[in-house]
Amino acid sequence: MEESNQNVKVVIPEKKSFSKEWASDQKAFKGVPWGKAMMWIFLVSDTFVFSIFLISYMTVRFSTKSEWPNPSEVFGLHVGHYNVPLLLIAIMTFILITSSGTMALAVKYGYEKNRKMCGYLMLATAVFGASFVGMQAFEWTKLIMEGVRPWENPFGAPQFGSIFFMITGFHGTHVTIGVIFLVIMTRKVFRGDFDTGKRGFFTSQKSNYEAIEIMGLYWHFVDLVWVFIFAFFYLW
Amino acid sequence: MAADSYDDVAKNKESIPELEVAPQDLYHAKSFWTKYIFCQDAKVIGIQYALTAAAIGMVGLVSSWLMRMQIAFPGVIPMDAAAYYQLVTMHGMIMVVYLLTALFLGGFGNFLIPLMVGARDMVFPYVNMVSYWVFFIAVLILGASYFVPGGPTGAGWTLYPPQAITSGTPGGDGLGIVLMLVSLAVFVIGFTMGGLNYVITILQARTRGMTLMRMPLTIWGILTATVLALFAFPALFVAGIMMTLDNMLGTSFFMPAIVQFGERLTYDGGSPILFQHLFWFFGHPEVYIVALPAFGIVSDLISVHARKNIFGYRMMVWAIVIIGALSFIVWAHHMYVAGMNPWFGFFFATTTLIIAVPTAIKVYNWVLTLWRGNIKLTIPMLFSIAFIITFVNGGLTGLFLGNVAVDVPLSDTYFVVAHFHMVMGIAPVLVILGSIYHWFPLITGRFLNERLGRIHFWVTFIGSYSIYFPMHYLGFMGVTRRYFEVFEGDNFTYSITGINQFITVAALITGAAQFLFFYNIIVSSKFGKKAGKNPWKACSLEWQTPDVPPTHGNFGKELPVVYRWPYDFSVPGADEDYITQDTPPSAVANAKAEQT
Repeated sequence: MEESNQNVKVVIPEKKSFSKEWASDQKAFKGVPWGKAMMWIFLVSDTFVFSIFLISYMTVRFSTKSEWPNPSEVFGLHVGHYNVPLLLIAIMTFILITSSGTMALAVKYGYEKNRKMCGYLMLATAVFGASFVGMQAFEWTKLIMEGVRPWENPFGAPQFGSIFFMITGFHGTHVTIGVIFLVIMTRKVFRGDFDTGKRGFFTSQKSNYEAIEIMGLYWHFVDLVWVFIFAFFYLW
Repeated sequence: MAADSYDDVAKNKESIPELEVAPQDLYHAKSFWTKYIFCQDAKVIGIQYALTAAAIGMVGLVSSWLMRMQIAFPGVIPMDAAAYYQLVTMHGMIMVVYLLTALFLGGFGNFLIPLMVGARDMVFPYVNMVSYWVFFIAVLILGASYFVPGGPTGAGWTLYPPQAITSGTPGGDGLGIVLMLVSLAVFVIGFTMGGLNYVITILQARTRGMTLMRMPLTIWGILTATVLALFAFPALFVAGIMMTLDNMLGTSFFMPAIVQFGERLTYDGGSPILFQHLFWFFGHPEVYIVALPAFGIVSDLISVHARKNIFGYRMMVWAIVIIGALSFIVWAHHMYVAGMNPWFGFFFATTTLIIAVPTAIKVYNWVLTLWRGNIKLTIPMLFSIAFIITFVNGGLTGLFLGNVAVDVPLSDTYFVVAHFHMVMGIAPVLVILGSIYHWFPLITGRFLNERLGRIHFWVTFIGSYSIYFPMHYLGFMGVTRRYFEVFEGDNFTYSITGINQFITVAALITGAAQFLFFYNIIVSSKFGKKAGKNPWKACSLEWQTPDVPPTHGNFGKELPVVYRWPYDFSVPGADEDYITQDTPPSAVANAKAEQT
């Protein structure tokens, strides 16, 4: 993280033309710390990854000759005597979007230097994230028990299983990495690293509450990607 | 100059803008390991990148020797078709990804970015260090594929399915293809870490006074190429994952229903064209990932060694950016014969030919920079001029291949081989060689040996033309590329044998000249002539460091303040024929610099 040094003045220029602002010296994005800018560009790059996954999914959905299974039925759950379509997925989506809310609040309390609230909200986000991954594991197990494999499945086109495991697996990996970092950050928050500016173990850079916001950017991105996966894979 | 080109800093010349970038907290190495092996200094990381890339590049070079021997003198080196295809594949992939990309962005990027924009280091030195080691692992994985049963993959460097993962292809049913794909995926991960660093260092960590429009064109080239890489490599990454799954788990992303040796494979319903789209969505920007840093670097070399400001700086910048943007909408011109809808070909031919416009602007500007310049035929200048000529040659054949109607008969012939070797093989390599001669005094404090250098230049330049010019002719004759054996008399005229032998001899000599170059580097780094400070009298910041070679932290106690663009050569009224970027206007009051 970039240090917040008293000698440094964050110059946010008055409204100028786009090209002037961009071409001015030292910083193209005024007042944006290095880590945050880096996370944004990484997220654009990661957007390409997920877009290409989804475009590939659509392509093979058209190229395969077998019938595409109806996701509402495949992902339905039996509750009592009823078949509820997409029940689990709805819960998962709700939880993940809720976790975005807690994450946003954590960022707010972080900048207010409210260490405790920030920590609890981070922890809540991590718990939501972990339960999302847990439900995904349940979903995977259920489908594997029903005979869905990456190379075949009893419902129709073999690509259905391949795409399902690949995209949800890749997204789940993102969530898992996010949860791991959330836990690490939560520990740092409670320990007060961000208040004292303790140096990172690997990077030897000073800690700062900006890290929470950067974490938040990643987390909201993972949520947003899920919305697209939900729309294109589960609802279509 | 348009009015909005000056920012407030430039207008008020003597004022020093307020510091916006915090003083960077440098990591200071404590042991041998952290100083030389897991080093966080971008300069050392750059050299590590360059050496690793050169080492694996030598494998690629020797592969091309062996291939040429087989084509011209079959039987001299015992080889079967499988081995030949493995050589083709590894040569292509190594040269494009592991040599050129890694050397330009990892090597030159790391070494030059912090020095040229006036930063002490990359913004996240630790991530930068990890980036190199992940790249190193990718190279090891690639190298490991030589030692697995079945050997490396022989699918051709484009790795098209279905043949890449079927058992008839060398390495297709073994680990060869898997190691290749995994290595590429690891490379992408490593590159992303480094690439984010390069972009943020350039955008967010410049020194005071260094506006975007005062950056050397080298930095513009590297910046644009890195952005391209960050957005194009995901396609390769995803395609790599999907093909690995096809191969290892039997999914059918890219595999249609297919019969092999009379037996129906379990694949069904995949789309091989999808892979081609993904591959070239990466593959075409990749051409510019290699070319744009070369464009930038060569602009600087020409300007310095012709003692003249670069002609049309702003046009050069915009040309780089426009080429970068266009490179994302031309990919399917590699797929004219793949069975696309013809309207696609129409669209992609149009966009492809539009790229010729900004490219031509660049070529004119290089030539106009040379025009009436004080041209010093130093070795970097020789290589730069050779680059311009070679790039024009390769670019013109690109116009042939960009047109669908002309491309169809020329597709998959040696004409294509000649075209892309000229334009993205030889041309960028000439820039790399020239820039090593240029920046070697900065890296080691010594010049490379002049006499060996001139021999190296002329052999390389004439040699590469001897190799690739006749290949255009072979292509017109219809000689197909990637053929293991070419029989004269069968389908082709008798002259092709002689041409092939000529090309092979030229290739052997040109390759040997590169080993002379490596020898020069090793010997000169120890015994070369001492260079001193700023030996080429360049204006840009990397030569203005207090210590030569620059030490950790680059600029000593105080970061430089920039007052002008990096091309103030031969300014009327100035005492010297160059004014460095960090010279305040009061120090050169008589100089009449037109551009700041």
